[in-house]
Amino acid sequence: MTRGSVHDGRSRRLHALEAESIEILREVGAAFERPVMLYSIGKDSGVMLRLAEKAFFPGRMPFPLLHVDTTWKFPEMYAHRDQMATETGFELIVHVNHEGLARGIGPFTHGSGLHTDVMKTQALLQALDRHRVDAAIAGARRDEEMSRAKERIFSLRSSAHRWDPRDQRPEFWHLYNTGLGPGETMRVFPLSNWTELDVWQYIEQESIPVVPLYFSAVRPVVRRDGMLIMVADDRMELAPGETPVRKRVRFRSLGCYPLTGAVESDADTVGAIVRELKSATHSERRDRAIDHDRQASMEQKKQEGYF
Amino acid sequence: MPEGSEPDVRTGKGILRVLTCGSVDDGKSTLIGRLLLETGQVFRDQLEQAADESRRRGGRDADVDLALLLDGLQAEREQGITVDVAYRRFATGRRSFILADAPGHEQFTRNMATGASTADLAVVLVDARKGVVTQTRRHCNILSLVGVPRLLLAVNKMDLVGWSEAIHQAIADDFRAYADRFGFEGVVCIPLSACIGDNVALPSSSMPWYRGPTVLEALEAEPGRTESEAVAFRMPVQRVCRPNSGFRGLAGTVAAGRVRPGDKVRVFPADEVATVARIVTFDGDLEEAKRGDATTLVLAEDVDASRGDLIADHASPPQESDQFACRLIWLDRAALVPERQYLMRIGTGTAIAQVTKLKHRINVDSLEHVSASMLGLNEIGSCNIMLDRRVAFDPYREVRETGGFILIDRYTLATVGAGMIDFSLWRASNLTRHTLAVDKRTRAVQKNQTACVLWFTGLSGAGKSTMANAVERQLFADGRHSYVLDGDNVRFGLNRDLGFTEADRAENIRRFAEVAKLFVDAGLIVLVSAISPFRAERRMAREMMEPGEFIEVFVDAPIEVCEARDMKGLYRKARRGEIKNFTGIDSPYEIPEHAEITLKTAESDPDTLASRIIEYLRSRESTAPET
Repeated sequence: MTRGSVHDGRSRRLHALEAESIEILREVGAAFERPVMLYSIGKDSGVMLRLAEKAFFPGRMPFPLLHVDTTWKFPEMYAHRDQMATETGFELIVHVNHEGLARGIGPFTHGSGLHTDVMKTQALLQALDRHRVDAAIAGARRDEEMSRAKERIFSLRSSAHRWDPRDQRPEFWHLYNTGLGPGETMRVFPLSNWTELDVWQYIEQESIPVVPLYFSAVRPVVRRDGMLIMVADDRMELAPGETPVRKRVRFRSLGCYPLTGAVESDADTVGAIVRELKSATHSERRDRAIDHDRQASMEQKKQEGYF
Repeated sequence: MPEGSEPDVRTGKGILRVLTCGSVDDGKSTLIGRLLLETGQVFRDQLEQAADESRRRGGRDADVDLALLLDGLQAEREQGITVDVAYRRFATGRRSFILADAPGHEQFTRNMATGASTADLAVVLVDARKGVVTQTRRHCNILSLVGVPRLLLAVNKMDLVGWSEAIHQAIADDFRAYADRFGFEGVVCIPLSACIGDNVALPSSSMPWYRGPTVLEALEAEPGRTESEAVAFRMPVQRVCRPNSGFRGLAGTVAAGRVRPGDKVRVFPADEVATVARIVTFDGDLEEAKRGDATTLVLAEDVDASRGDLIADHASPPQESDQFACRLIWLDRAALVPERQYLMRIGTGTAIAQVTKLKHRINVDSLEHVSASMLGLNEIGSCNIMLDRRVAFDPYREVRETGGFILIDRYTLATVGAGMIDFSLWRASNLTRHTLAVDKRTRAVQKNQTACVLWFTGLSGAGKSTMANAVERQLFADGRHSYVLDGDNVRFGLNRDLGFTEADRAENIRRFAEVAKLFVDAGLIVLVSAISPFRAERRMAREMMEPGEFIEVFVDAPIEVCEARDMKGLYRKARRGEIKNFTGIDSPYEIPEHAEITLKTAESDPDTLASRIIEYLRSRESTAPET
């Protein structure tokens, strides 16, 4: 039971990142009344979940998970989410923008931009308002996208959920200013300083379960707009002349399936993914359609409330 | 991949936090861009995105503007400026780094200090053609104030000075001579060309005379922020973990030192002694936790600790105070207002803070002290701070984590200041502490005045009581708080047991002086009206007060005038021998030799003379040093 030192055979880098994240999560637990942890079912969410278990051990995590469901996730993702909720016993809130659903908003019919805005960004804000959330924890990392490099760990949102990148609170030492004015909320990013490689090495070290879609397998895909889109269910209509081909692919990033491209890969274990990443030439977000609408699109979406 | 083969496991080195200081003109963006490129951090799609943007803005095809990789916000890219600190990760085969990139324009001090607060090392850029300039010195000054221990001087653009060893040597010597004033732990100087790549990742073939490390080699070799074994244990309590009645843990991150089960600790502010029973983590109990570890301590004793408390080594406890001297970096557009209340966050605790005195502003270019009545955005000041309660702390130079604090505006909730504690203003006994919260000065400040004693001395009938009353009326009208101790009135009560022998007169004056001293401590302007004929007693009273508090007012009227006035009929009685030891008749009056004020009551009316005293008090208050 007792170990000599926290570093025995472990990476000091991962240990330092873990400790910083735990400190951030504990701060949320201590300083806010109604926090939630955004749970997107992906690898980063998996890591955050483990960090939260550690932060509050032997107690329970003092806030629920919130999954904003666009209804367009891969079937494997829903299965993984429900399994994790059962196994860990965490309270899970699932929120769907039913108004958007009733209007039939979807990525194929309305395009990635509108779909993401209505089913993801608007849905998120609905959920935050409905549950009167004062702090929302999310797994975004600074290495993902340029505008994220400038975001604070504790990042203030106005009463209209807007982010003002030009008026951020400076973060000195580890003294986080968690104060909120009327209507204001906080977004908190415990994985700010992590990289994609750190995440996978931590998953390896901690044996964290992840959605099988991250591992290479033969899957039916079509090539659209330069991306390999998986034919995940029968809502996907094939264009004339479009025939699914079976390719050995995996996903580096998981979102709504029609908006997330697969990469050709043989990496079928966590170790193989780590090796593959070390020689990667493209960023993980290349395969996310949402990021490429135009330059700085992520910043725009973040200002409007997207994570 | 087996964990043991990871480079940072083999080398045992953690993540190094690096701050870069310099402007675009020095080639900072180029250097960072090159570091990222050559360590493989820039993915092809990110490079393509930057190239697209470069072309869209009319740049040359082949020439990707590396700054575009770094500027993260749309506004920045459109305006070609960098508005905020950016944090980036990069890694070599040997080590991982977090790079804080602070832009170098008007928000400079705020951004640089923010990045410096967590940095282990700072890279200071200079242009080889310009050498050490004002900005370079400013960098050094801020780095030293915030306490970054190690520097790397990057002498860039060596290609533009013909790879000259002499030029590099002169700049390095110049820089070291300046940096040596601050006692940095280490200074490395590297000649390089970020544009061409020499000495960034690969050694330069153009500078065979240079035998030192490349920038990457130097960064990899950095020891990081080391902590000596002697540093005492500190852990602010972040949260109490109480999942059931059988478990009570104190969760927090170790701020300094190390702790093991069995160690005796003290919990502040209660200052209770306890023993560490367990160090609990999700991965099992630990035999030791040290700086940076997120842990949960279980204490053997039932100590009432909560968030905001500080757990510390039993033998080397922190200091405790509610007043201290500090240096303060101002971060908000609204200037610092002394006497205004702010929230202070120190460790995991919060207190209400007030800057009681802004001693001076520090010019970041020259480190000169500049007198100042306010502190604006990006200015650094030296000040005294008073809190609403005592907090446990260490001087910042000893322990950053327990000596640094932020100030938060109580209304906007913005982070408006970052401070570094130098020392407590109360290092003395508990007795001193007891009178801290409200003392003479704070009482007097509350009354908008400086407390003092106006000691009216003179013959009976000279007009002492008349003058004291005239002065008090004007003080009252002026909103001041005062009290008159009149000779006769005090003799009716407190001094009813005293007669007029020399010994009794001396005791009479001693009691007057003691009472006046208490009233001065209450923040009042005290007006004593007593013949007090002997210099020795008046000197005794003067010496009981603090320097400058005792103002001797000689109410001077010739004895003939006094005797003619004889309002109480005393002179007549004395002349008839009915009163013994009457001053001026059969007892001497020793004329003051150094009275602050002399009033000739036979020559002016009381209100005119009273105005002179009011005028004296005003000029004294405006010139008096604060105590």
